[in-house]
Amino acid sequence: MYKFLQHVINGLSAGTIYALVALGYTMVYGVLKLINFAHGDVMMVGVYVGYAVAFLLGRETATTVPGALLVFAVAMSACAALGFLIERFAYRPLREKPRLTSLITAIGISFALSYGFQLDWAVQDWTILPGAAARRFPQIIEPKEWLVLGDSDVIIWNWQVISFGVAVGLMTLLQLLVFKTKFGKAMRAVSHDHRVAGLLGIPVDRVIAGTFMLGSALAAGAGILYAVKDKSVQPLMGMFVGLKAFVAAVIGGIGNLPGAVVGALLLGLCEEFVVGYTASSWRDAVAFGFLIAVLLVRPAGLFGKFQPEKV
Amino acid sequence: MAELVRLGERASRPALLAVQDLKVSYGAIAALKGVSLSLGQGEVVALIGANGAGKTSTLRAVSGMLKPKAGTITLKGERIDSQPSHALVAKGLAHAPEGRGIFPNLTVQENLDLGAYLRNDKAGIAQDLEKSFTLFPRLKERQHMPAGTLSGGEQQMLAIARALMSRPSLLLLDEPSLGLAPQVTQTIFRILRDVNAGGMSILLVEQNAHLALDLAHWAYVLETGEVVMEGTGQALLGSPEIRKAYLGE
Repeated sequence: MYKFLQHVINGLSAGTIYALVALGYTMVYGVLKLINFAHGDVMMVGVYVGYAVAFLLGRETATTVPGALLVFAVAMSACAALGFLIERFAYRPLREKPRLTSLITAIGISFALSYGFQLDWAVQDWTILPGAAARRFPQIIEPKEWLVLGDSDVIIWNWQVISFGVAVGLMTLLQLLVFKTKFGKAMRAVSHDHRVAGLLGIPVDRVIAGTFMLGSALAAGAGILYAVKDKSVQPLMGMFVGLKAFVAAVIGGIGNLPGAVVGALLLGLCEEFVVGYTASSWRDAVAFGFLIAVLLVRPAGLFGKFQPEKV
Repeated sequence: MAELVRLGERASRPALLAVQDLKVSYGAIAALKGVSLSLGQGEVVALIGANGAGKTSTLRAVSGMLKPKAGTITLKGERIDSQPSHALVAKGLAHAPEGRGIFPNLTVQENLDLGAYLRNDKAGIAQDLEKSFTLFPRLKERQHMPAGTLSGGEQQMLAIARALMSRPSLLLLDEPSLGLAPQVTQTIFRILRDVNAGGMSILLVEQNAHLALDLAHWAYVLETGEVVMEGTGQALLGSPEIRKAYLGE
């Protein structure tokens, strides 16, 4: 029983991180009908930015609350800027072109980022720059046991609680933004039909740029939570985490915000149970098997509506 | 170019919209080959013509959905061609597009709210919402229902009401009768007459030439991307040529 509880906690903790990344995929898909394959790599860049900030602050400062907040804030802002640039210069010029063009561009950006960051920029003794080797991510949250049940049967770590809190907080903010603000209203209108949205006076380009910035910032936050958990950062992490989050978004029904969160939590739990009760080498196979099973029963995902392609 | 036929006398009004020698192409295909038209304050101007004559393209170019290849569009004396649609809403254009373009998953109320997206005067918006409910009582009954559950006629009413929510000085309407039963179409045209009587200027694209000409103060007949005839609605209704080509006689 204790073991089960521990797995649930670990699964939810991983799931909320996937959820933050999955929201970015699903939001961009919502407004542009584009799978932004570079999203995971934007997250990776955010982690490196956070890494650099923590590195510059030094171990003492980075583990304080203001220090950790600064790491998050700088990384999230940097990613928002990166998301803006990618949309403005890579996707916007292709918006009226066939959708495949944007998709291939997205894959190109993904490779450019993940392999660009593997180049050995690092001058010796100056490891703030990324390189092919994984770097140890600074412990911006000093690990402490938050709650111990039984005879160390269930341990909830403080970083798990914080990570859960940050993720839920960011998701709540997003929910408020999408459903209670004018920008959110515009975003929903653009996702329904961007041409009509323009006719109502909604600045479509700005809304799309804003959506990219928002999704990228959330990804940076998620990436740092992931790096804290994993204690490391490396250039290919965006591909792994990004792919899982993408799977989560598809399970939930891509384009659907609550769907992305539910899909991510299910995926996190599913992976954790596989690792806990069988062998960790089965993890990815089961995750993708789960995706296939869901799509067989509900081709548009759990919360998606099946819409035939309009001709 | 064929000689332009002009029927009837146009009442003089202060100019609101002027389109000069407008050219639009889709790739290599020219949709508009130099269309010129004008619309005065408080006027209903109709564009009629067969499918593919360029009626919708004209409307889309005016509202910034299409980028003209050549020509000028002026609204209240200001050049507006090649500006994005959302900027034109702020200048007083509202376009209820072909196929209505309502948001089916949003409620009627939310659709109307989006029509007032650029406005910040809460009291004025509430007042205009009441106005549209007086104009279209059916919408009030369905205020909190998803717009996708409305009938075709109600959706068209919503599209018109939503366009009016931006308090435009010019309303562009594309095929308000499309796919509607004759009775419903009659109702909508009766309401449009009221809207115009309230001072709204309307540029109307319509397949149903009879209804359009009956409502319009002035109308242009388009054929393969060119204006071939213009005149008062009544004069065109009486023209044998028009009766033969567009009124099925």
